[in-house]
Amino acid sequence: MTVADVVVVGAGQAGIGVAAALREQGFAGRVTVVGREEHAPYERPPLSKSYLGATPVDERHLGLRAGGWYADRGIVLRLGEEVREIDRTAAVVVLGSGDRLPYDHLVLATGTRARTLPIEGGDLDGVVVLRGLDDARLLRRHLDRARTVLAVGAGFIGLEVAAAAHQRGVRPVVLDVASRVMERAVTSTTSRFFADAHRAQGTDLRLRTGVGALRGRHGLVTSAVTTDGAEIQADLVVVAVGVVPDTALARAAGLRTDDGVVVDAHLRTSDPAISAVGDCARFPEPVSGRSARLESVQAATDHARCVAARLAGRPEPYAAVPWFWTHQGPLKLQIAGLGGDLDREVVRGDPAQGRFSVFGFRDGRLATVESVGRPADHVAARRLLAAGAGPTPDQAADPAVDLKALAAVAP
Amino acid sequence: MPTITFRQPDGAELRVDAPVGTSVMKSAVGADVPGILAECGGQAMCATCHVYVTDDRALPPVSDEEDEMLDCASAPRTGHSRLSCQLVVDEDMDGLTVLVAGEGP
Ligand SMILES: Cc1cc2nc3c(=O)[nH]c(=O)nc-3n(C[C@H](O)[C@H](O)[C@H](O)COP(=O)(O)OP(=O)(O)OC[C@H]3O[C@@H](n4cnc5c(N)ncnc54)[C@H](O)[C@@H]3O)c2cc1C
Ligand code: FES
Repeated sequence: MTVADVVVVGAGQAGIGVAAALREQGFAGRVTVVGREEHAPYERPPLSKSYLGATPVDERHLGLRAGGWYADRGIVLRLGEEVREIDRTAAVVVLGSGDRLPYDHLVLATGTRARTLPIEGGDLDGVVVLRGLDDARLLRRHLDRARTVLAVGAGFIGLEVAAAAHQRGVRPVVLDVASRVMERAVTSTTSRFFADAHRAQGTDLRLRTGVGALRGRHGLVTSAVTTDGAEIQADLVVVAVGVVPDTALARAAGLRTDDGVVVDAHLRTSDPAISAVGDCARFPEPVSGRSARLESVQAATDHARCVAARLAGRPEPYAAVPWFWTHQGPLKLQIAGLGGDLDREVVRGDPAQGRFSVFGFRDGRLATVESVGRPADHVAARRLLAAGAGPTPDQAADPAVDLKALAAVAP
Repeated sequence: MPTITFRQPDGAELRVDAPVGTSVMKSAVGADVPGILAECGGQAMCATCHVYVTDDRALPPVSDEEDEMLDCASAPRTGHSRLSCQLVVDEDMDGLTVLVAGEGP
């Protein structure tokens, strides 16, 4: 059957990416994107960075596309509407308003939801999460009056918020039960560098420490009691303890899920008329050969292109190299590939100078490269990982080896 | 509203309305200008928004991070190279022509 009617659930980076890529691929059928949020589709990365900083980016510039873009391309946006149910037998989705939208192909781009803290005081005013624009607006309002912000979780979001708060003159405290910052995402070398840098800026970073309860006055948070019994004064608490993929719709429709909507190498769910993309999709990651769910702009846009190409009649298995960046005040980190279970790490450059890359190897092959202040390493790494080539650990360590040249001859 | 012309390496041109305050990159993406991938959304992290500006009107200076990323762009860097995401549109840019450098890394 030819696909004439594509419905996308979720108007975030991945969902809008699908609509854009479909038109770029020359898809002439109907494209409808349903999004729960009222806002015109926007970018999330600045929400924890420049949007919170001393000279905030204007909200109007967060838009993924300008206003008229959607109509000009015949893309129907249904904002402020939620898909409540997928009726796979009839091939329709049911909206909160009761409307039923038929589809030939359905794309789930439902993203994730922020985890909350099920602790005493977790519902006090001044306790916030950061996932969407509404959250960011609320957080910014609180930052305007806060003296100390406590970030619970030393992952990307917690550290980005701490850095932005610092730029505004709000004192940051960061807690994490893990023994090092960004533990799940980066090597210990990079972790240590960032922990030291945040501390040098004046962030009170406490590791191996959790929050037991939050206390408040007149309904507003005033302090946190840690798991080791200390009390930390804070008039704003940002809960940044990770996200859960939004799989409710998929599960209710009987699709396979497992910490994400499970898809194959073509990003098809267990129903071939339904695909899943972006943060909500668990897919066979081609570079590491593992099943992965990635929370990155790169995965969202590359997934979108892969699905759009298939729907436009040019199917190719997903092959993109994962990459990611984070800005934490003046500190920038670029990551290519996926870490975890590395058997060798090689540092190129000098962490003491704030310019280094960590090359991680798994089974003797290059698996990941983390770069701080060395963007050329990052770009070369992406090419090398795409080619499945790569320096040996000795080459990676040798500053005389030109990675760009190596990447240029990679097959 | 200022207009900016994007010229492709093959000479094809697209004239685009560029709202003041947005970046030159955003105005290109909004008009689907080929070759401006903008993979990082304007964070000076990908160099896939590389353009050449030969017009000699005053533009803001190249920042350190822009400088570093330009060195990594896939198309050759020249004295006219800029990351279009780092160029904020102002009224003085009306009529500017930029040459799209080609796809990124
Ligand atoms: C604060 C923050 C900072 C980030 N920083 C970076 C960064 O520096 N670099 C990077 O690479 N990535 C970053 N990310 C991650 C990146 O933004 C995400 O990976 C990306 O947004 C994923 O896109 P998505 O479309 O899959 O999900 P989302 O952007 O979450 O979009 C999903 C949308 O679907 C909607 N939805 C869900 N269910 C339904 C339904 N049933 N009906 C209708 N609508 C529904 C949701 O409301 C939501 O708007 C950041 C994320 C956040 C929150
Ligand atoms: S959009 Fe990525 S560097 Fe400009």
